[in-house]
Amino acid sequence: MSAGRPQRQPDREVAPVVQRVRVHHAKRGRLRFSSHRDFQRALERAIRRAGVPIAFSAGFSPHPRISYAGAAPTGVASEAEYLELALSQHVDPNQLALALDAALPPGFDVIEVVEAATSDFVARLEVSSWLIELPDLARDQVEAAGQLLWAADQVEVSRMTKSGLRTFDARSALVHLGGEQANPAGCGILQVVVRHCTPAVRPDDVLSALRQVADLVPLVPPVVTRLAQGPLMPDGRSVGDPLVADREFVAGSG
Amino acid sequence: MTGPASVFPQLEALLPLVAKPIQYVGGELNSRQKEWDSVDVRWVLLYPDAYEVGLPNQGVQILYEVLNDQDYVLAERSYAVWPDLEALLREREVPFFTVDTHRPVVAFDILGVSFSTELGYTNLLTVLDLAGIPLHAIDRGDEHPIVVGGGHASFNPEPMADFLDAVVIGDGEEAAIRVSELVRLWKSDGEPDGRAGLLLRLAISGVVYVPSRYDVEYLPDGRIRRVIPNHPEVPWRVSKHTVMDLDQWPYPKTPLVPLAETVHERMSVEIFRGCTRGCRFCQAGMITRPVRERSITTIGDMVEQGLKATGFEEVGLLSLSSADHSEILEVARGLADRYEGTETSLSLPSTRVDAFNIDLANELSRNGRRSGLTFAPEGGSERLRRVINKNASEEDLIRTVTAAFAAGWRQVKLYFMCGLPTETDDDVLQIARLAAEVIKAGRAASGRRDIRCTVSIGGFVPKPHTPFQWVGQLSPEGIDARLYKLRDAIRADREYGKAIGLRYHEGQPGSIEGLLSRGDRRVGAVIRKVWEDGGRFDGWSEHFSYDRWVQAAAEVWAADCIDIAWFTTREREQAEVLPWDHLDSGLDRDWLWDDWQSALNDEQIDDCRWSPCSDCGVCDQLGTSIQIGPTGRTLLPLTPR
Repeated sequence: MSAGRPQRQPDREVAPVVQRVRVHHAKRGRLRFSSHRDFQRALERAIRRAGVPIAFSAGFSPHPRISYAGAAPTGVASEAEYLELALSQHVDPNQLALALDAALPPGFDVIEVVEAATSDFVARLEVSSWLIELPDLARDQVEAAGQLLWAADQVEVSRMTKSGLRTFDARSALVHLGGEQANPAGCGILQVVVRHCTPAVRPDDVLSALRQVADLVPLVPPVVTRLAQGPLMPDGRSVGDPLVADREFVAGSG
Repeated sequence: MTGPASVFPQLEALLPLVAKPIQYVGGELNSRQKEWDSVDVRWVLLYPDAYEVGLPNQGVQILYEVLNDQDYVLAERSYAVWPDLEALLREREVPFFTVDTHRPVVAFDILGVSFSTELGYTNLLTVLDLAGIPLHAIDRGDEHPIVVGGGHASFNPEPMADFLDAVVIGDGEEAAIRVSELVRLWKSDGEPDGRAGLLLRLAISGVVYVPSRYDVEYLPDGRIRRVIPNHPEVPWRVSKHTVMDLDQWPYPKTPLVPLAETVHERMSVEIFRGCTRGCRFCQAGMITRPVRERSITTIGDMVEQGLKATGFEEVGLLSLSSADHSEILEVARGLADRYEGTETSLSLPSTRVDAFNIDLANELSRNGRRSGLTFAPEGGSERLRRVINKNASEEDLIRTVTAAFAAGWRQVKLYFMCGLPTETDDDVLQIARLAAEVIKAGRAASGRRDIRCTVSIGGFVPKPHTPFQWVGQLSPEGIDARLYKLRDAIRADREYGKAIGLRYHEGQPGSIEGLLSRGDRRVGAVIRKVWEDGGRFDGWSEHFSYDRWVQAAAEVWAADCIDIAWFTTREREQAEVLPWDHLDSGLDRDWLWDDWQSALNDEQIDDCRWSPCSDCGVCDQLGTSIQIGPTGRTLLPLTPR
C-alpha cells in the first residue's frame, strides 16, 4: 500500500556510519527451509533485540543498512553465509558476534564477526563448495554419474527464473567434483566446487546435469549444504577464507 | 521428549517439495514446548487458514500463552496446510501435526479451533480428516480429541454443529481455563462414561455450548419450530463469556515472531475490547459489548515488554475503533516520546472519521513510517448512513481529509458496503460523488493535482446478533449490478474519475458467507459435500468456487424446501425462531428488533459511553459494565537500558 507522502521530508538526522563489520553465519537444520527474505526479517529483528547500533538509510522510509552476499537457496543448508552491517557506533566485533548469535533463532548461528578493513569483499566470493547428499542412491552409482558429468564438455540445463525459463551450461562453472571421503553410511555423496557466474549455477542445476548425463533421479529429496564460499585457491579446487584479508589488516594495525 | 513421537522426520522429507516450507517447521521466537508428561490437559489451538494469516491472530496467541501459563496444561499450535502439502501428507500417510513439536493432533485431549470467519469451515474438515479424527462428532470415540469451536463466527455455530463437540461463546481467556479444569477433573475422576460423560459435564456446566445436547425441530415450511436441550440438567440458553478488567489479562505478553512472512508484520496490543458505536451491520460491535479499556499504563507496559521480546519495528494499537480510547492522544504521545529516535512506528488499524485528528496522526508517524489514511463511511449517502447508524457526516469526512491533505497526506482510502438494507442505486452512486468531493477538497487544501482516493467496496452480509439479523441479503446479481453502475459512474467523471481508484469484491463469495453466517444445522451437509468435492481455503478468491457451493446445495437439498436463497435473500419475521436464539450474546432480542425498526425510520442511536444507556441488555443480562478512562495517568520515560 503506498502511503500518502508529505510535501517536505521531516527533519530527520541520520547518524553517520562509523564502522562496518562482516558477519559469517550458518543456516542449519530445520532453518534451511527458510528463504532469504525470511532470514532478512529474522536478522533485522535480532539486531533490534540485541541493541546493535545499526545505521539507517536516510529518506522517509528508513531501512537498516545491511548488505547481503549471494544467499544459499531455500531448502539448502549453509556453513558459509556472509553479510555486512553498517554501524553508527563502534563495537567490539567479538561482543557483537555473541549478542547477535544469542538474539537469532537457533539454526541461524553467527560463526564470526570481523571489522571490515578492506574493499572488494564480494569479489573475493569467487566460488562455493557444496555437499550434495543423496540418501536413497548408492555411492557407486552417484560417483559414476559424477565422473560422466566431469567428463562432459558442456551440459545444458533449464531452470525457471524470474525472467522466464533460462537454458545455460552447468558444466563450465564446475571447477571440482569429487566424492566424500568420510562416508560411513555408504549413500551417494558428491562435493562440488562451483564458480559464481550469471546465471548462477546452483546445486539443483548440478542435479539436473547429473540427470541428463547419467539419468540419476533421486526419489528422496537430496540434502544440500554449502560448506564454504570464498576465493579459489591456487590448487584450483580448494576454497579460501574470504575474511583473511580483514583479519590480517586488523591484526597488523592493532 | 516424552509422549507421542514427532512426525517431523517424515515431514522433513516432504518439505523440499512444497512452497514456503518454513511455515511448517515451528520453532518461532517465543514459542513454547512443554513436556508431554508434565501436564494433565493438552490442547491444540488450530487457526483454520494459512500460517501467514493464522500466526498473527491475536485470539490464538492470547490463548496459547494463557493456557501454557497454567502448570497443568500445554497448548500447541496448528494451521491449515496448503493443498500441495495436503496431497503429500495423504500420499505418504503422515498424520496432521502441530507446528510446535510436530506431535500428531489426534493424540491431544482438545482441538480448539478459532473461527474468525465462516470461510474457514471447510479447512477444519481437511484438518480433521488428515488428523484421523472422524468428521462427525457422533462418530468420534474416547481416543479422539474433543473439538471445540470459538471466535466471532461461533456466535452462530449451527452450520458446524455436526462437526463440533463444543463451542465457546465470547471471550476465550477464562473459558479456556474453565474447560481445562473440567477436563482435568473428569480425568482425575477416572473418565466416567468416557467421551459422552465429559461432553455432558461440559454441557451442564454452561461453560460451553454442546450442540449434540440440543435437538432442533422444524416446521413444515422449513423454519425452526424450537431448539430444546435433550437432558434435564442442560441449560436452555448458553451465555457468552466476558472478560472484565483487561489490565488483569495483559496477553499476549511475549508475541510470537515468525520466520515466515505473515500478513501483519508487527506487534499488536489490544487497547480496548468491545464497541458501542452501534453500527447496525457490525457483528463485532454487537457481540463484544460492553466496552472495556486497557489503561494507558498497562498499554505502555505491554508495548515495552513486547518490543523487547520481539524486535518488531511497528506497534499496532488494536481495537474495533482505536481512536475512541478515552486517552488515545496521551497513549500515542507517550509512546512516541518513549521511542523517539528508535524507528519504531505506531499504527491504528481502525479509525473513525469523527474520532480522527491531525495531532493524533502526527504522533503516530513521529518515529517511523507514515501509514496511509483509511476511513470507512460504509454508506454513500447521509440517509443510508443513518439507516446503518454509521453517524459520520459528509462534513466530518471532508473536514478530516482536508486537514490531512493540508498536513501532507496525498492519498486516502475509503471503505464502503453495497447491498445495505433500504439501499437504492442512487445511494451507491453517491459514493462516486463523495470520492470526487474528497479529491476536490484535497486539491484545494494541498494546491496539488496528485491527490488519490481509493474506494474499496464489497457486498453486505447480514450477521446473527445484529439489528440486521432479520433482513434479506441482496443477491449476488443485485450486488454486481450496483457495483458495475458505480464503476461506470466513476469512469464517466472526466474531472475526478482518474484520481479515484475502485476496488470491489463481487457478490458471489458474500452470498456463501451469508449462507454460513445465518444458516442452521442443515447447512452442515452442504459444507461436507463442498469439502468432499474439493472445497478448501474458501476465503481465498483463487480457491473459492461459487459453483461448487451452488451444486452441493442443490444436491443435498434436492428434496427439501430450503435452498441458498432461503437462507440469504429471505427476510425473516419477528417471530421466527432464529438458529442462534438459544445462544445468549446478552443483547435483548426486542432491543435488536426495535433498532431494526429504527433503522427503517432513519433514526439514529447514540453511543452509551457518552449518552444514556439505550438498554441493549448486555450489562444487565451478563452482570457486566462499561470500563473506560480517562485514568489521568501518563507514560513516564523509560529508564535507559
